[in-house]
Amino acid sequence: MTRYIMTADLRRCIGCQTCTAACRQANATPPTVQWRTVLDVENGEFPDVRRSFVPTGCQHCAEPPCMHVCPTTATYQRDDGLVGIDYDKCIGCGYCAVACPYQARYITHRAEFAYGAAMESETARIDPRRMSVATKCSFCIDRIDAAKENGLKPGVDHEVTPACVNSCIAGALAFGDREDQQSNVSQLLATTQHFRMHEELGTDPGFYYIWDKK
Amino acid sequence: MRATPWHQTNWDARAAGNFIGGGSGAGLLLCAGLIQFFEPLPGYRGAVLAALLLIALGLLCVLAEIGRPLRSINVLRHPQTSWMTREAMVAPLLFAAAAAAAWSGTALPVALAGLLGASYLYCQARMLQASKGIPAWRHPKTIPLMLTTGVVEGAALTALACALAGGSPNLLAWPLLAALLTRRIAWKSYVEALEKDGAPQLALAALARLRGPLENFGQTLPELLLLVAMVFATEHSWPVVVAAAVAVASGWLLKFSLVTRAAYNQGFALPVLPIRGQGEAQPGIRPGWNKIVAKD
Repeated sequence: MTRYIMTADLRRCIGCQTCTAACRQANATPPTVQWRTVLDVENGEFPDVRRSFVPTGCQHCAEPPCMHVCPTTATYQRDDGLVGIDYDKCIGCGYCAVACPYQARYITHRAEFAYGAAMESETARIDPRRMSVATKCSFCIDRIDAAKENGLKPGVDHEVTPACVNSCIAGALAFGDREDQQSNVSQLLATTQHFRMHEELGTDPGFYYIWDKK
Repeated sequence: MRATPWHQTNWDARAAGNFIGGGSGAGLLLCAGLIQFFEPLPGYRGAVLAALLLIALGLLCVLAEIGRPLRSINVLRHPQTSWMTREAMVAPLLFAAAAAAAWSGTALPVALAGLLGASYLYCQARMLQASKGIPAWRHPKTIPLMLTTGVVEGAALTALACALAGGSPNLLAWPLLAALLTRRIAWKSYVEALEKDGAPQLALAALARLRGPLENFGQTLPELLLLVAMVFATEHSWPVVVAAAVAVASGWLLKFSLVTRAAYNQGFALPVLPIRGQGEAQPGIRPGWNKIVAKD
């Protein structure tokens, strides 16, 4: 079995938002929608203040609450662990959005453009199927599918690796198969201390945060 | 994007309308059916029609909220795990049984309509509780709260229907009082459990703002009025009618507030703060919450 996951090394992330921009470019999301987000978390009191940058988005949970509540079966889970949305089935009820503890789902009811009026590039890439339905990060699912056809390896070959991972200038993000002991992500997780967010909710998320070496 | 919880924007007053109309209508079918099953209830037919109207209005609210109403039939595709699908599946059965009950008033359709009303109410309670992203909804105590709220509204509306049909609503004084006391316990238990188990501070603040109006105006006032009606065995029906109206209004306020005021999302948390450059890892943070969940 395959389980694709993503890892974010919190020691490396510098909050540059390049992954956010790459995601937007790759997936043509509207201005108010960020499938890949990097939180800028500041805590403590002066002078003892710490800042953490936390990439987040859909965690492609093994027990996705969004899928369980979805009344239409539009949200589905594949054998490789990816959680996707069938835009043609979704009714935009928003139940998945309130069920997701990662705030990863978006519903937009009207076309939005970066500078008000649509630019030519935006008009060319607008997808009416995404209007008034739930959308979210798909781990660049089309690239993962292309890997099978071309004999390439997601997380290793950049053509079939999520756009955010490819773009990360700090090497903080990694992608691969958790079930493959030789994969880059398995090796990373074997040698580091990590956690998954809101794990206590029983979602079994597929997004690991590395915070120290072992 | 911020790390602290913010109020969800996907379900607004229209979603609250479904819980208000659906919960009240289903509760009314259940309570009126329970009485009609044992002895004829004045105004039973009117009560059933009012229940159907309330449920239909709730469903219309949902239709007004969803992004793709023309595909709404797809809501029936996932009965395996989705409480929304189950609610949608119960609805047509409920309408058919209730129409038969209103028409005939005989035991079997009355019982069936009551049971389906209870099922519809249960589906709504489970639907809200399955929303894992909203701490104020997902707590297990949400289920008894939603159920008792529906029963209070049902008992209260039954009393009002009875009064409107020329009957005496006073025979409903003690069931309504019992329902109100149960809702009081469910509400108290829900709020205390939420505070103890952890929730976004803003959600707790929203519930705290609701506490005064709900407990004083929505609970104590109708309870006192019902006690007056029972203790003095008055023939006047106004104390029960006023208590019933207040009980319904307070139930609606509770559900409206739960959906549109206390529905702060999970936010984000770090069970441990990473080492960045130098120093040690630090204890975790959960911005905007009343409790921190630290990594073992």
